[in-house]
Amino acid sequence: MKRYSAGDRVMYIFIYSFLILLGFATFYPFWNALVISFNVGADTSMGGITFWPRAFTIENYEIVFKDQRIINGFMISVLRTVVGTVLAILCTSVFAYGMSKKELMGKKYYMIMCIITMYFSGGLIPTFMVIRGLGLTNTFWVFIIPGLISVWNMIIFRTFFRGLPAGLEESAKIDGCGNWSTFFRIVIPLSGPVIATLSLFTAIAHWNDWFGPAIYISNENLLPIQTILKQILDSNIMSEQLANLDSASQGRLSSMKSVTSRSLTMATMMVATLPIICVYPFVQKFFVKGVLVGSLKE
Amino acid sequence: MAQVSVKKEWNPKGKEASGLKRFIKQIDIQLMVIPALLLIFVFSYIPMYGVLMAFQDFDIFKGFFASPWAGFKHFETFFASPEFYNVMRNTIVIALLKFCIGFPAPILLALMLNEVNRMFFKRIIQTISYLPHFLSWVIVSGFVISLLSTESGSVNILLEKLNLIDQPVNFLSIPEYFWTILVTTNVWKEIGFGSIVYLAAIAGIDPHLYEAASMDGASRFKQIFLITLPSIMPVVTIFMILAIGNLLNAGFEDILLLAKNPILRPVSDVVDTYVYRVGLQNYRYSYATAVGLFKAVISVMLLTFANAVARKSGNSLW
Repeated sequence: MKRYSAGDRVMYIFIYSFLILLGFATFYPFWNALVISFNVGADTSMGGITFWPRAFTIENYEIVFKDQRIINGFMISVLRTVVGTVLAILCTSVFAYGMSKKELMGKKYYMIMCIITMYFSGGLIPTFMVIRGLGLTNTFWVFIIPGLISVWNMIIFRTFFRGLPAGLEESAKIDGCGNWSTFFRIVIPLSGPVIATLSLFTAIAHWNDWFGPAIYISNENLLPIQTILKQILDSNIMSEQLANLDSASQGRLSSMKSVTSRSLTMATMMVATLPIICVYPFVQKFFVKGVLVGSLKE
Repeated sequence: MAQVSVKKEWNPKGKEASGLKRFIKQIDIQLMVIPALLLIFVFSYIPMYGVLMAFQDFDIFKGFFASPWAGFKHFETFFASPEFYNVMRNTIVIALLKFCIGFPAPILLALMLNEVNRMFFKRIIQTISYLPHFLSWVIVSGFVISLLSTESGSVNILLEKLNLIDQPVNFLSIPEYFWTILVTTNVWKEIGFGSIVYLAAIAGIDPHLYEAASMDGASRFKQIFLITLPSIMPVVTIFMILAIGNLLNAGFEDILLLAKNPILRPVSDVVDTYVYRVGLQNYRYSYATAVGLFKAVISVMLLTFANAVARKSGNSLW
């Protein structure tokens, strides 16, 4: 349809090859991890696994799904993601609705109080001390309560609520609805897209959090899968480092390796990634919208 | 509103009384806001007050109020400590590397994606490249550890096939490679997602500009620099200010998860990981808080500076 100059043709060749390379570089680690997870553990350690499993097996997944610790971690992750997201979106949206009211007394001071927290924080140690002082360590609620209110999400919600047609709320008032019932009966049903977008981001943050549990939880039964995965990776690295020390100890260790082989680790990793990859195609349009809402606000 | 002002005239002394009345009248919306503000107070403001620990010899058994004050002792200890030089150098170098490579990368990707006319191809690349953003650092570090592994790590296999090395290299325990690995991983994770904003900005450019330019004989390549790039400059500036404000956040999770080998410590220790190590692993709470506070002060200065520069160019955050 169009004629390109020689320079442009070079540019297009470069762009297409670069993008293909980038796509490959992004896709390959997933594929390789998946392949390794379907390969026999002892075979993987002999090397050479790239695009295709050499000794196919689903044994690794059988072991993972029988591992009480991993199953429990998976359940904790699901539970905290669901409970944490629902409660956080509920609390933050109620907060934002209150803040969106023009007649709210002191809203200017409330807003300043919120915005300061976006630029300053107490830092790791004082926050740790407060959460410890509240007795939240080693409870499930340490995953939920500190994250109930997100100032950033509140601002996005508030902007959205302010854009809703004022007439709807007024007619609800005339019909005798108070502010709370207006919120739940009129505003929430109208806010589908923004709720979906922010829920998505909140849920992903919950699912991916490993550091909070690592410092606040010492009870093994409360650890989510990401933190457990981190511990498994740590032990893998340790064994690899030991193996690199000298060749004599290598032989001794190779027999131990099958215990937490790389194949098994990759299978655990796939289990921890799966929920995200599964929901990802369906939510893509939401997050693109979400990023734009967030950045336009800025 | 009219009623309120009438009341004020009625009772000129009772401004507070009418304020209280108004407050009680709108107690339902206040109740939407006040519990949330209490949570913010507890989880954000009390820790901010707790930063004063940095000027104490905090004793966990005595608690915050009974611990003795220590002035600037911990700051002085940090400045004089043998780690100070490495920690500050790593923080600055890693931050600058991430900024210089990680900031322009999504812009370049957006510019390239914009030149792609085949929608299907474009969609696939976008879908794939956004995905890593949604994975936790634990999983990303798992990928990196696996790819770089000495036993059947794909990178070692590739290098051996190309005859560049004879023996598998344990990349994650060689200090010289660490910054490269860290920055590459960061770019890998965020390049696609970061490009979304710029793609949206590019989509808002008036197509007539391109038509006029090609009439005048500008090649596609020239159009990128004469139309696309200048048009998205305001967005770029805003994101650059934000990035500069975050500059000293050289990384935390990524470094913690990739630099597990203590050999790497001289090149991997940044302020945040150092705070974590001395604070929560060695229990030197006050000292760690002081180090964290030192960084926070510099960060605020950087943000103010960036904003002042941006204000001169007409794009400022506040």
